[in-house]
Amino acid sequence: MNIATVPPAPLDSEPVTEPSKEQLLEISMGPQHPSTHGVFRMKVVLDGERVVRLKPVFGYLHRNHEKIAESVTYLGSMPYTDRLDYMCSITNNWGYALAVEKLAGIEVPERAEYLRVICGELTRLQNHACLIGFLMQDMGSTGTPLMYAFREREKILDLFESLTGARMMCNYMRFGGCRVDLPAGWLDRAKKVIADFPRFLDEYERLLVSNEILMDRTQEVGVLSRELAVSAGISGPMARASGVDYDIRKVDHYSIYDRFTFRVPLGSHGDVYDRFMVRLLEMRESVGILQQATRAIPAGPIVDPKMKIRGFRPKPGEAYGRIESPKGELGFYLISDGSPNPYRYRVRPPSLINLTVLEDLCLGRNVADIVAILGSVDIVLGEVDR
Amino acid sequence: MEPRISGVDETLKNELSKQGILTTTLQELYNWGRTSSIWPLNFGLACCAIEMIATTMARYDLARFGAEVFRPSPRQADLMIVAGTVTKKMAPQVVRLYNQMPEPKYVISMGACAISGGPFKQGYNVLKGIDRYIPVDIYIAGCPPRPEALIDAFMELQKKIDAQQLTGENRPRHLSADQPSEFTVPRFGEHDLEPTRNPAIWKPPLVQIAQAGTDEFGSH
Amino acid sequence: MNLEAIKSEIEANVPGCRLELVANPSPSGQHSLLLDGEHAVAVATYLRDAAGLRFDFCSNVTGIDWPGKEVSQTATARKIVDGLEQEVEEVGTTAIPGYLDVVYHLYSVEKKHGPLVLRMRTQDRHSGVHLPSLTPVWRSAELQEREVFDLFGVFFEGHPDLRRLLMWPGFVDHPMLKDYVDPDDYEYEPTAHDVVLRRVNQHRSEAGGR
Repeated sequence: MNIATVPPAPLDSEPVTEPSKEQLLEISMGPQHPSTHGVFRMKVVLDGERVVRLKPVFGYLHRNHEKIAESVTYLGSMPYTDRLDYMCSITNNWGYALAVEKLAGIEVPERAEYLRVICGELTRLQNHACLIGFLMQDMGSTGTPLMYAFREREKILDLFESLTGARMMCNYMRFGGCRVDLPAGWLDRAKKVIADFPRFLDEYERLLVSNEILMDRTQEVGVLSRELAVSAGISGPMARASGVDYDIRKVDHYSIYDRFTFRVPLGSHGDVYDRFMVRLLEMRESVGILQQATRAIPAGPIVDPKMKIRGFRPKPGEAYGRIESPKGELGFYLISDGSPNPYRYRVRPPSLINLTVLEDLCLGRNVADIVAILGSVDIVLGEVDR
Repeated sequence: MEPRISGVDETLKNELSKQGILTTTLQELYNWGRTSSIWPLNFGLACCAIEMIATTMARYDLARFGAEVFRPSPRQADLMIVAGTVTKKMAPQVVRLYNQMPEPKYVISMGACAISGGPFKQGYNVLKGIDRYIPVDIYIAGCPPRPEALIDAFMELQKKIDAQQLTGENRPRHLSADQPSEFTVPRFGEHDLEPTRNPAIWKPPLVQIAQAGTDEFGSH
Repeated sequence: MNLEAIKSEIEANVPGCRLELVANPSPSGQHSLLLDGEHAVAVATYLRDAAGLRFDFCSNVTGIDWPGKEVSQTATARKIVDGLEQEVEEVGTTAIPGYLDVVYHLYSVEKKHGPLVLRMRTQDRHSGVHLPSLTPVWRSAELQEREVFDLFGVFFEGHPDLRRLLMWPGFVDHPMLKDYVDPDDYEYEPTAHDVVLRRVNQHRSEAGGR
């Protein structure tokens, strides 16, 4: 079967190939399918079980967040950023707050930075745990790893709820700091959750890492080379599993990450198993950062005292701010024209850019591998489609 | 639990049950079977889907209420929980899935976005409520609603099914031959969906015009 | 990483290119380089491959709409009024045409520096919207340029697969343009306010003020 003989898709048309001429089967995986990544559709052309062509279709959750942001104030967009990557609302808030702080030159006090790091790393823990759970469920382990992951996630969501008032849509960051300070006893509860987490990680590793079915289905599947990863703009654990040594926490030196010692796990094969292992190891590093941060958090204000939010009008100009979110590089590009609303508000979505190479990873594999590969890319449709 | 509707006198029932004789009606039995085994369709769209998944997990176990398995295929599901924003690009697929479900079927509209467009109301691609195209039984407010709210809605649905009469004027939709169970699927137009709503299902409600003639600050 | 130095290096190595430094007045200090359409691909390839620069990671591609505006100016002119020569003020309006902007943010994975901001401008907003695609240089621009085509209407020449990304294929508008009017389905709003209230009241008055 010569892949080059399949005609390329013409502009703006629906079918990918003419079914009467070739013995190929075109199926549509999605937009409603049992994988929990959301409303994502892939038009797959198959030769038997092997993938010949794969075209993703986006836009089923396009809620025009960027257009709405032009008609609300800067702070009014903060709850909308919660709903971008809805598993990790606090890191979305952080990326946006960082971009606005770059645009307007706002400083963040030290206690607020510590709070940001603690909440951000807790978010990373629950995101990676749930992702591994979803990946295992997509591959057919019907729920057990996902149940364990959600058990830990509930503990972390309880912490978020007592701090910010909401389980998922936390809306916690403000320009120049955080919205609200820690209630009494929160830090002790958080330390207990963090101290219990390595035991959960040990249990997870014992269950999954040497599992034969997992290794058979994920090793040498969906191999992403280092050069393609860099050229395609892949970021986050997916790039690091291919050997790209780029963690924005280490490169940009944003916030106070320079004060904490943590390692950046790198993979060497770039397959689904490596992406899974990188996330598992990153969880351990996050626990280390959390232990250091909760020990060293100082007293002080939680928001910049010079910052006035009423009538906040940054000077005309533009800024691009980015953070290492659990999915990859989350960036916000803001253009201000001196009015209370942004002139242009752009989200750089890691999930969408990481999907650039989906076709390359899936070509020549079986249909069952598509599910494993898609699960390892770690997408959330709220971010892909905005 | 509220007492179920029964055609048999209550004291007679109690006396008979003390002797080990259970009496019931066909309607009660039929409704009890359907109430206790509502199988939802695996249909999460956006953020509310994560709360729906959390409801099925170990802490807020939804399986206790009969929703043991979430079916991936609409042909095997009774309930469609529309969890998340329905966009105009997705709306035809939602209606198609609803049409493919066999009767009796129910819809729970979970979250502000599925009720009326939610925080994304000013969207060119956002459908302002799924009840424009398909009939909805229960609405849950919240953004996202807590898992307890979803369980509460589930229990409301169970009460609603329990109260259904099998014969007479107030029969449910699937037992009367002249009520449709499939609805028109909207098409993609050049600027919007066509039609923008299904007039047989949704008409703009008559609202008390306390604000007609006022500006955005409520003054005349 | 000095933008002036990078600009002179590119001008020395890519013959014929015209670059312009666009200053950024905000405290972020992220100034940008405006490229011309003919040499954009050559400049991009040089930035990616040059030993000292190695900008191999294209992080973000953004489209921006700058609608045209009319600026009124007052000018004094000598004119004869009522038989006497006087200075009269005349008000004239000049139309500044609008254009679409495409901005690229580049980083370097190898050298760990960045961001470098590149810009390209179209002729106008509706018909002269052709720009060269930088997807052959950086693969990450593929989906993002498709999105700029979908939402703004910029046509990228040399893009391997330019289709709409987020809206359905039969959609004809470009929704992120500043003068886009979204479809009118505001018949009922439970808690209407601001813009939405105005549009709801339009519906109500048309329907006879229910």
